[in-house]
Amino acid sequence: MSTSETSESRARGKAPAGERVADWADGRLGIYSLAKSNMRKIFPDHWSFMLGEVCMYSFIIIILTGVYLTLFFHPSMNEVEYHGSYVPLQGQLMSEAFNSTLHISFDVRGGLLIRQIHHWAALIFLAGMFVHMMRVFFTGAFRKPREINWLFGFLLFVLGMFTGFTGYSLPDDLLSGTGVRFTEGAILSMPIVGSYISFFLFGGEFPGHDFVARFYSIHILLLPGIMLGLMVGHLILVFYHKHTQFAGPGKTNNNVVGMPLLPVYMAKAGGFFFLVFGVIAAIAATTQINPIWAMGPYRPDQVSTGAQPDWYMGFAEGLIRYMPGWEINFWGHTLVLGVFIPLVLFGVVLAAIAVYPFIESWVTGDKSEHHILDRPRNAPTRTGFGVAWVTVYMVGLIGGGNDLIATHFHLSINDVTWFVRIFFFAGPVIAFIVTKRICLGLQRRDKEKVLHGRETGIIKRLPHGEFIEVHEPLSQEQLHTLTAHHQYEPAQVGPAVDENGVERKIKGSEKLRAKLSNAYYGEDNQIPKPTVEEYKEITSGHGHH
Amino acid sequence: MKKLSARRRHPLAAVVVLLLALVGTGGAYAFLAPAGKAQADETSQSLTIEEGQKLYSVGCASCHGTKGQGSSDGPSLVGVGAAAVDFQVGTGRMPAATSQGPQVVKKKNIYTQAQIDQLAAYIASLGAGPEVPTSEQYGADGADIAKGGELFRTNCAQCHNFVGAGGALTKGKFAPNLEGVAPKHIYEAMQTGPQNMPSFPDTTLTEKNKKDIIAYIDAVNSPNTENPGGLDLGGLGPVSEGLFAWIFGLGALIAVAVWVAARTAKAKKS
Repeated sequence: MSTSETSESRARGKAPAGERVADWADGRLGIYSLAKSNMRKIFPDHWSFMLGEVCMYSFIIIILTGVYLTLFFHPSMNEVEYHGSYVPLQGQLMSEAFNSTLHISFDVRGGLLIRQIHHWAALIFLAGMFVHMMRVFFTGAFRKPREINWLFGFLLFVLGMFTGFTGYSLPDDLLSGTGVRFTEGAILSMPIVGSYISFFLFGGEFPGHDFVARFYSIHILLLPGIMLGLMVGHLILVFYHKHTQFAGPGKTNNNVVGMPLLPVYMAKAGGFFFLVFGVIAAIAATTQINPIWAMGPYRPDQVSTGAQPDWYMGFAEGLIRYMPGWEINFWGHTLVLGVFIPLVLFGVVLAAIAVYPFIESWVTGDKSEHHILDRPRNAPTRTGFGVAWVTVYMVGLIGGGNDLIATHFHLSINDVTWFVRIFFFAGPVIAFIVTKRICLGLQRRDKEKVLHGRETGIIKRLPHGEFIEVHEPLSQEQLHTLTAHHQYEPAQVGPAVDENGVERKIKGSEKLRAKLSNAYYGEDNQIPKPTVEEYKEITSGHGHH
Repeated sequence: MKKLSARRRHPLAAVVVLLLALVGTGGAYAFLAPAGKAQADETSQSLTIEEGQKLYSVGCASCHGTKGQGSSDGPSLVGVGAAAVDFQVGTGRMPAATSQGPQVVKKKNIYTQAQIDQLAAYIASLGAGPEVPTSEQYGADGADIAKGGELFRTNCAQCHNFVGAGGALTKGKFAPNLEGVAPKHIYEAMQTGPQNMPSFPDTTLTEKNKKDIIAYIDAVNSPNTENPGGLDLGGLGPVSEGLFAWIFGLGALIAVAVWVAARTAKAKKS
């Protein structure tokens, strides 16, 4: 630095250290322009918009605690004799993986707490993603331009399931080993390729000596790496698309009403991270999870009752548990339908929710962007479908825990299984119909409220003796909120002949689309919202309806 | 008499009759029932059997037959041995209230140990069977807990769960939770295989094996069990953990989110 410059800056007074560091960084990273475009990014306020944050923070907590666990975990299946501090396992033969997990739990400082935080955070992460996904689904936030982000989120959920699965398999305890065996069985049920995939995955016959080491690299490197990438992409897209918002006065498809990222949201989000961490840490500090010492080391000749996977795999467990044990034998080959059909259904049910946005956009034919969220009642068919899907999922969870439901409610496990079998088919149908009716009922109520105002419960006697209930008209804001949603017209197949009178060939897909569209938006499938004329007529001073 | 019959429709008549009946039965019972302790001390073997037979006629014969030969309501007891009696009656499973229902459940034991011994002696006299184990056989001295754990996971866990928390069997039957079951009863259950449980005679699980298993159950599923890591949520594994994560984990976080979202820097309204 030259002398003249020094004296000059002294004359003006030295810039504060923070500013100088920022200047230095800006010269190299261009942070000012980045900050300028993003610092004032607006985020709307609603508790349900923070569900995604719950997921992100629990993911970060999982990564942090996971790094600590890798310092002490030995991903090896070499057999060792246990000589740690847990008495009921003294002298037992076990894999090094199990041995090191016991070591983490009993002999590493803070090891058990970190293990429990890691595991609880994983359960909460997956539960958070599920609820976040449902929030996005039921409010229609997946519509253009957010379909790809919906898929990113869906992939995160599925990858999260498999990351969790590979993670709980690592300690090589009797419970997780049973789960791995279960998975091997599902893989083997695949026709033709099953046994090859199984041998490839386990490096030979199950259990072999490889799977812990392989699952370890998948669990700590491959899957979380992909997930981190997807999560960053997910967030970039949220920034790029801007956040959705609920309808309300002043909120349009072209603006976002809320608080700026800096300083308001940064403070809120930062604080929220510590709240999430605090809640998870409090649970982990007081509540045991996956007590592998009680389960013992895995041995393929042992098994325990009540062997369930973590909740996010419970749905798959349930599908296999309540499927009848069908199989086909031909030419010396066995096709285990009792396992293979559930395996296919597992993929089908997950795919159904993943592709839904594309189906809906095809049915509506709507190519415009949507930044205003739907209230679930205003999209009865979508809401009905979503509840039906959740019902299938929950029926699977009940099926996965059928034995515990039987013992704890003093039921017969056979009855529980039959209930679940019937409800796998009947449940979603009932849920769809009931949900749709409730939505339509709520739409009618909204219409009633807009036209006639709120029932105040105040009874008034008129001079000629009549009693009436006073209805309080809604405020302009409320009226806007209740009537802001767009209502589609059902798509028509179009005329049977074209403009020249030549018979037009109507494609099957076109007919299907018209049918579906009618099911979505046809008569009786949505309640027409009150028109301005209706409103004026009623409020134009004819007194009371 | 006329006075009495005149009041037979009195609202309290039924209550009075019931009370009289109860007092009558109770009095008769107190008069007839053997005073267990005093007799047990002094009786010889044959006298014990005789007393046992009396108890048997009152409490058991209606289902198991007057000579233990069994009936449509209960199996033959010839050859089940004293251990089976001590287990079934000692845990209150027998006498069963009814032979209906998926399985006979544990309930309050209504006999004294002396009476159970008499019953056991009588049943043992019908045909040879497993003896009631001694405290040396089921006591914790010299037991190998870790070996017991291995044996438990190999032989018991598939119905009773990893730590003996119990599990479901078909059609409403179940393997009960082993917490709080007396070591003697666990030993006898293994030996005699009550209800749906297979029996593990000494040829399958040696005396030492049984001792080890009992010591293991005491270590992992009893009031003395150390529970590292906090609440064990029933020791039922991922189902209860998942439920807990949803309700208390995610539930708390959503409550926190609602709280945070409600506290925002609102634009000032003019």
